[in-house]
Amino acid sequence: MAFVVPKDTYNGRVFEVEIGTGAKAVKIGGENTLPFLTFEGEVPNMPVIAHEIQDVLPEDWPETVQAAYKDVSGDPVKWAKHCQDNLGAQVIALRLLGTHPDRQDRSPEDAAKTVSDVLAAIDVPLIILGSNHAEKDAQVLRAACDAAKDRNCLIGKAQEANYKTIVAAAMASGHKIIAMSDLDVNLAKQLNILITQMGFDKEKIMTDPMSSALGYGIEYTYSVMERIRAASLNQNDATMSPPIVNDIGMYVWKVKETMASESDLPAWGSLEERAIGWESTTAVGLMMAGSDLLIMRHPKAIETVRKVVAELA
Amino acid sequence: MLIIGERINVITKTQREAMQKRDKGPIQEMAKNQVRCGAGMLDINIGPAEDDGEGLMDWMVKTVQEVAHVPLCLDTTNPAAMEAGLKAHDNTWGRAMINSASGEEERLNCMMPLAGKYNSLIIGLTLNKQGIPALAEDRCAIAAEIMGKAAECGVPMEDIYLDPLIMPVPFSQEKSLESIRAIRMFKELNDPPMKTVVGLSNISNGAPKELRPLLNRVYTALLMYEGLDSAIIDPLELEMIQVIKTTDILMGKTLYAHSYLEM
Repeated sequence: MAFVVPKDTYNGRVFEVEIGTGAKAVKIGGENTLPFLTFEGEVPNMPVIAHEIQDVLPEDWPETVQAAYKDVSGDPVKWAKHCQDNLGAQVIALRLLGTHPDRQDRSPEDAAKTVSDVLAAIDVPLIILGSNHAEKDAQVLRAACDAAKDRNCLIGKAQEANYKTIVAAAMASGHKIIAMSDLDVNLAKQLNILITQMGFDKEKIMTDPMSSALGYGIEYTYSVMERIRAASLNQNDATMSPPIVNDIGMYVWKVKETMASESDLPAWGSLEERAIGWESTTAVGLMMAGSDLLIMRHPKAIETVRKVVAELA
Repeated sequence: MLIIGERINVITKTQREAMQKRDKGPIQEMAKNQVRCGAGMLDINIGPAEDDGEGLMDWMVKTVQEVAHVPLCLDTTNPAAMEAGLKAHDNTWGRAMINSASGEEERLNCMMPLAGKYNSLIIGLTLNKQGIPALAEDRCAIAAEIMGKAAECGVPMEDIYLDPLIMPVPFSQEKSLESIRAIRMFKELNDPPMKTVVGLSNISNGAPKELRPLLNRVYTALLMYEGLDSAIIDPLELEMIQVIKTTDILMGKTLYAHSYLEM
């Protein structure tokens, strides 16, 4: 007897959000079924990967991933061009870590200059990330939004403590927003509601549930993601229908498995393989839970994840 | 839960006069207000409409859908007027609903075929010529007849909304629980479960004005718990809408957020 695949149909759909301008603009999300189930619904866009770069030398990155960018990471413009031209980056994520008060405490104006310089050098879409210091981010991202006007960037992250300023700036300059809350599906919904109550278009948001590395809380992240996606598809909940973005590089590349040397832990085997594998596995796991956009670091991990996506498409 | 707004009806003086004069204003105003308050469908009650029912229903459907982009629940006992409404209905935002067929043979035989012909949803009142049955079981028997006629007319089971009919608590308190029991039993009549609807405000018919809203909304919560899919209510009654939203949250049908009442 021939096997007939049972198909589910859903009431809702993930919004499709476009970032960037011109020929290299990228569409994210838009699916009306669970991840990769192209046989039972529409999946107009496969998950997209953004290459992460920083505004200052990434001295705190583990050696394995620093090495991959050693010739370019001293200059954000060079670094961006390298990702776009040599690594085939579809999207670039610029993290303005240097603006953190405990780092170089770069000014909003200096950050805005970096943003302009990077934008002048690339034509793929740009994600602009703060340093995750709530107060400083509000000022930095406001300046960045202005500098990036007309380039339809993705600005992150708006959180409960600072969303009003960031959302207002994004609205004024026509950008999209990443809304992040702390691993809680109800708070994620509440933040999206608050943002839309300011008059920001619900179809210009992406939801960041707060990522975690494999072995360090990934199950919390994917559980929240699954509940977000279920609310969108099963309950047609518009507040939970923005695409999901996972900023995983920053969580993966601080765990022991990406740093412990083979001499310290011989049972763990090759450091390079293990570290890259840690990032790819975290990424693939979260894609199974609904990630539409991943922000990653190591070029080899990105290549691996691309291969997985190509096979599942 | 699907909210069907009841405020456009021939019993309300301003609406009745607007219908008689073909005055769009009050009707469109009420349509917009009901949708703004959360109505997913609007009941259009023109009564028996013996005088040019078809013309009136046609005009009402077009007038309302001009400003309210929702499907309509067509409420009349006049079959020609019902058909005129189904013809005029714009299905862009959802299919029309026939209000109603019943277990009473004549009514069932003239309304159910229209649902088949126009591919609409249809309410089935579980009463017959003998009236409203006392027990939930007897309501189920009538429901089965309605479902049988639907199958004959090519109307899918998913398109039927069974209505157990509600008796007013001031006169028939013992019957209140029976209607709730009927909702539960109706859902078990088919797989997937049959859909259900009630005209809510009848529960408080005859009670003092200030008591009615309270009786209405608590009864709604009880019915929702047993699986009520839709209700014909006044969407402008804020506290009723709040109870519906809260019950949906408590039953896990809507994901919680602190601002859930504002959605």
